[in-house]
Amino acid sequence: MTALTSPLGRLRWTFTDGLTLVGRELGRLRQEPGQIVAALVFPVIMVVLFGYVFGSAIQVPDGGDYREYLMPGLFAMVTFSAWLGVMTRMATDASRGVMDRFRSMPMARLAVPFGQTGADLLTGLPMLAIMVGAGLLVGWQPHRGLIPTAQAFLLMIVLRYALSWVGVYVGLAVKNDQVADAMVPLGLPFTMLSNAFVPTDGMPGWLRFLADWNPVSALTAASRELFGNPGAPSGNVAWPLAHPVTTVLLWSAALLVIFVPLSLRAYMRRGR
Amino acid sequence: MTDPMVVAEGLHKSFGNTHALRGLDLSVPRGTVCGVLGPNGAGKTTAVRILATLSDPDAGHARIAGYDVVREAGKVRARIGLAGQYAAVDEKLTGRGNLRMFGRLSHLSRRDAHRRADELLERFGLMDAADRPVVGYSGGMRRRLDLITCLILRPDVLFLDEPTTGLDPRSRGEIWDSIRELVADGTTVLLTTQYLDEADHLADAIAVIDHGQVIATGTPDELKATIGDRLDVTLEDPAALPTAMTVLNTLAGTEPTTTDADRLSVTLPATGLRLADIVRELDHAGVAAADVSLRRPTLDEVFLRLTNREEPVQ
Repeated sequence: MTALTSPLGRLRWTFTDGLTLVGRELGRLRQEPGQIVAALVFPVIMVVLFGYVFGSAIQVPDGGDYREYLMPGLFAMVTFSAWLGVMTRMATDASRGVMDRFRSMPMARLAVPFGQTGADLLTGLPMLAIMVGAGLLVGWQPHRGLIPTAQAFLLMIVLRYALSWVGVYVGLAVKNDQVADAMVPLGLPFTMLSNAFVPTDGMPGWLRFLADWNPVSALTAASRELFGNPGAPSGNVAWPLAHPVTTVLLWSAALLVIFVPLSLRAYMRRGR
Repeated sequence: MTDPMVVAEGLHKSFGNTHALRGLDLSVPRGTVCGVLGPNGAGKTTAVRILATLSDPDAGHARIAGYDVVREAGKVRARIGLAGQYAAVDEKLTGRGNLRMFGRLSHLSRRDAHRRADELLERFGLMDAADRPVVGYSGGMRRRLDLITCLILRPDVLFLDEPTTGLDPRSRGEIWDSIRELVADGTTVLLTTQYLDEADHLADAIAVIDHGQVIATGTPDELKATIGDRLDVTLEDPAALPTAMTVLNTLAGTEPTTTDADRLSVTLPATGLRLADIVRELDHAGVAAADVSLRRPTLDEVFLRLTNREEPVQ
């Protein structure tokens, strides 16, 4: 056992312990193959449901294919589901006493939040890949070449990671897995209130304002732009949708700047 | 005897207007079991959380194996194990998976973590269930897994916060056996419990806490001796009850309690009264007793007496 005293040793253990916790999440998945199947089937269902059920009735503004229009929205939706999963896992650990056990052990303190967000990133990637596969099957594709496509996926990953820190903080704050479970459905209106599935121009003014500034919209618009998919906003467009890539980066930076320190403080706080 | 392994001096802790601890003092010698008894809300869990570095005291200080729980928390954590009221293990992982994970997080090498997991599973009889997810374990098996998870690093001090609450008698007996085995290895144990027989069976010394302070300490026998022996009298005729009450009141100096229409019970002064004297006095007063018996008080009686003695402090 190496001491946690030197800064370098601490960093090393934060990394090693973080990896152990990533391994824990993978171990949990191995025990529950049903959950893997559900997680993988979900994107496919979304593509079919939205692509063919809604797609049969919705007109894309500039006359493009609805499924081409839809896929960036679904990518954004999957990205935004990240914080809910992290929140639930943090709250479950906190309510079951697992968090107390971690805190009472001689492990690196920062490993728990970093391990949890890292694990989410790793488990999120296959889900994104399946979504891409489902999209390709129904006729979606990126049109602007390798670099912009890679940039789009990178944006999703960056925002997903930033959002997972929101999950860490909220999970630590609610500390109760039942409350966390009850909060999960709140994720849905958040993603729906955006340009992910329908253009925002038809919404009443106040609702449109919310939808235009919703980070889900920015990520959707950025992906459409980088993939060369239809639905690029025209005319009088709100600032975030006119500069979607910058907006996504600003959102990610802001979320990290706010929620990383908040989460670390909440995790390290003693006195209860 | 060397320095005590667990020392708490004047611990204070408040949550808003609630004073959970008001000057708690505690000392547990190396290799002994200290049973901390107290009613719900007495401050037991708060005290354990402070000693296990999960919470900081508002005032006072505490040392584990000589290390301060606030300033040297890292060193304390390397020497303690904590098992809480609920099994703090990952339900989705297998028993073996849990032990390996916590072993790695205790900074054992992969090989050592695997070996230690197998050793503990074998020794505490969980090998058959080792590869099943914990979610399918019985309550007793979970507690046992929770307990052995604390043992990965062979801690000097083990904090067990109500380790058998909610378990059936058989599982409780198994946990007791495990705890006894640890103590035989030299581990110092601080055990909180609501079950007095648990403290009676396991503890070398008991600290009774109420309203955030220790109100009595001693071995189970010493505590029983402080409230004196108990006299139970069963009358042949319930009509003689008032007379018997008066006689016993005079002898014992305290009001007897009626436990039935024809039965009464009284605590005798610690100085002791001979059974023969009592029987003679009852006889003089014309009370016919079907049964007169003198017995040690149970720890429950000690506990009730101690914790009811004072008015609740506001």
